[in-house]
Amino acid sequence: MTLLAERPAVFDGSPAHEHEAGPSGFLKWITSTDHKVIGKNYTVTALIFFLMAGAMALLIRAQLASPDSTLLSQHTYNEMFTMHGSLMIYLFVGPVSFGGLANYIVPLQIGAPDMAFPRLNALSYWLYLGGGSLMMMGFLTTGSAADFGWVAYAPLSNSINTPGAGPDLWIVALILTGFSAIFTGVNLVTTIYYLRAPGMTMFRMPIFTWNMLVTGILILIAFPVFTSALVLLWCDRHLGAHIFEVSGGGVPVLWQDLFWFFGHPEVYILALPFFGIVTDVIAVFSRKPIFGYRGMVFATISIAALSTSVWAHHMFTTGVVLLPFFSLMSYLIAVPTGIKFFNWIGTMWRGSVKFDTPMLFCVGFLVTFLVGGVSGILLASPPIDFATHDTYFVVAHFHSVVMALVMGAFAGFFYWYPKMTGRMLREGLGKATFWLMFIGTNVTFDPQYLLGLKGMPRRIAEYAASDGFTTLNRISSAGAVLLFLAVLLFLVNVFVSWWKPIPAGDNPWDASSLEWATTSPPPHHNFLRIPPIRSQRPVWDYNHPEDRILEHAKPRPVGLVASAGTGTVLLEDVRLDGPDTPETWDPDR
Amino acid sequence: MRVESFVLLFVGFFFGLVGAVYWLWSHEDAGSIMLLGTFLLGGVPGLYYFWWSRRMSPRPSDNPDASLEDGAGAVGAFPGSSVWPFVLGLGATFVALAFVFGAWTLAVGLFLAVAALVGVVYESRRGGLV
Repeated sequence: MTLLAERPAVFDGSPAHEHEAGPSGFLKWITSTDHKVIGKNYTVTALIFFLMAGAMALLIRAQLASPDSTLLSQHTYNEMFTMHGSLMIYLFVGPVSFGGLANYIVPLQIGAPDMAFPRLNALSYWLYLGGGSLMMMGFLTTGSAADFGWVAYAPLSNSINTPGAGPDLWIVALILTGFSAIFTGVNLVTTIYYLRAPGMTMFRMPIFTWNMLVTGILILIAFPVFTSALVLLWCDRHLGAHIFEVSGGGVPVLWQDLFWFFGHPEVYILALPFFGIVTDVIAVFSRKPIFGYRGMVFATISIAALSTSVWAHHMFTTGVVLLPFFSLMSYLIAVPTGIKFFNWIGTMWRGSVKFDTPMLFCVGFLVTFLVGGVSGILLASPPIDFATHDTYFVVAHFHSVVMALVMGAFAGFFYWYPKMTGRMLREGLGKATFWLMFIGTNVTFDPQYLLGLKGMPRRIAEYAASDGFTTLNRISSAGAVLLFLAVLLFLVNVFVSWWKPIPAGDNPWDASSLEWATTSPPPHHNFLRIPPIRSQRPVWDYNHPEDRILEHAKPRPVGLVASAGTGTVLLEDVRLDGPDTPETWDPDR
Repeated sequence: MRVESFVLLFVGFFFGLVGAVYWLWSHEDAGSIMLLGTFLLGGVPGLYYFWWSRRMSPRPSDNPDASLEDGAGAVGAFPGSSVWPFVLGLGATFVALAFVFGAWTLAVGLFLAVAALVGVVYESRRGGLV
């Protein structure tokens, strides 16, 4: 281990940026090209879609809480699960990560003044909002909103089986949001490639930024396929193109190929940003560098690459896919994901772990994602998939996965909310939110594994009392109420922080990456000064001059060799008087 | 720039390999074509970046020992605020509506889109450096 000979004692001065006095209020909303404003717009809009989709989920669970339910008609039920899935997948989980949090945080983490293409960034947001509004407009049409499931399988999605404007609105909405995502992907990759601060080499970037780079590339691989497939579907519906219809010589299963070539990478477009958040948050709250930094980077790249070669594992039961190839590739994903779990635990190992709300959500993420991941490995086996395909087992599997991602998102909200607003969220309410969400997730979705194994098919509006599904469905619906309360508490928390603000200070978590070097919220163009970047933890190095700076680019033997690793350093570093609470924060320290 | 190029080259390498194996094993068209496209998506810019990285001197952000002074100067042009992305987004939304409800919104959408393009071009002439 090499110690650098000298450490600059003060910030290197950088030219001060003139503070731009732009418009405020509504005008700011529609004219700003500042990545922070756009990031906040994205986050708030995505949360609104999340609340709408959550309300639909509650209706679905209310319908299924009792046998032979007549609360919703079959048709309305179809609309509900279609729009619930579409809003959650296309308009919430993805946009809140790559449009919201990444947009806000990535330029800060690499020391950039903005995204590379600020106006393109703003256009992304408006296409996303326009697309989302068009999709919701389906409810206002005389027919109905889209009701063919979020996957829109051919031939169910043709103009005979699902006629009307609602499905068409769904199609053009997703073309708009598809372009929005592609532009954001271009922006992220270019920003990370070209706007890093001096000294911020690729292998010094925070893992969140690394994951957003890989997510950006994955967006560029996946979304164009989907957007083109939607154009083909529109041609089928309106021009009689017969691309996905047997009657004109088309191939219905081609839709599934195109859709899942997008759809499976999409799962990782949703997941990788939250892997990044979890990695950074665990390191900060364990007060250690990330264990196996390069392993994390290579695992991310491997997961992304493999995820684009497994699309047909969603199509095992079509009978026309190469089972051994897709099964094998699906199993392989478990290896880099396992490396990530190993490294997450390794980061916590012998650390001085503080269970603040973001960290709690990360631990909840680990547990929930493990459940979803292991059930996913089961489904990668064709015989098991044949038996459980289109049952609630699959529903439970991917809800375990996405609820883990939602916990990752909440970890991100709680972690970066002080940076974005300059105010703290309340810890007590936050912890209550976590426990309600964690327990609620398990109560809602664990019974669905059993329901699936008992043979309950997905996407049915009713079941008979004699089917024996009633009790488990009741439990599941009760869990949904807990999830509702969790989200409600989060909103209360945001309201309280607005009503009675606790100032956050620049770096309330004593975190290590560059976004914590600037003010909360950051000024226009982000930085007045940037600390020297000599390791993966520039802000930690600056705030803890007594700690040793490790030579760049050398893997750190964290935790393996106690005398050489940070184990020793950490023991010296534990502060007996406890961390700074927001009330005692001294900005002049 | 080398690490950046390797990331893209890996995409090209991996999907070239997987695409070849998949095609030889399955002879399935759709997936093979998409894997070929992904191979090109990674390989072509990756090779360009690699070619370029060998000809350029390392940037301050590639240099682990760079100080902030090394990166002094204009970072790029960042427009402060602009209404045209909103206008273009609104125009695109109206154009999209035309594909559902018929033609009249097309006129509104195209008008807004063209207005936005003109606006952006004129605005860019006034853009300042940061």
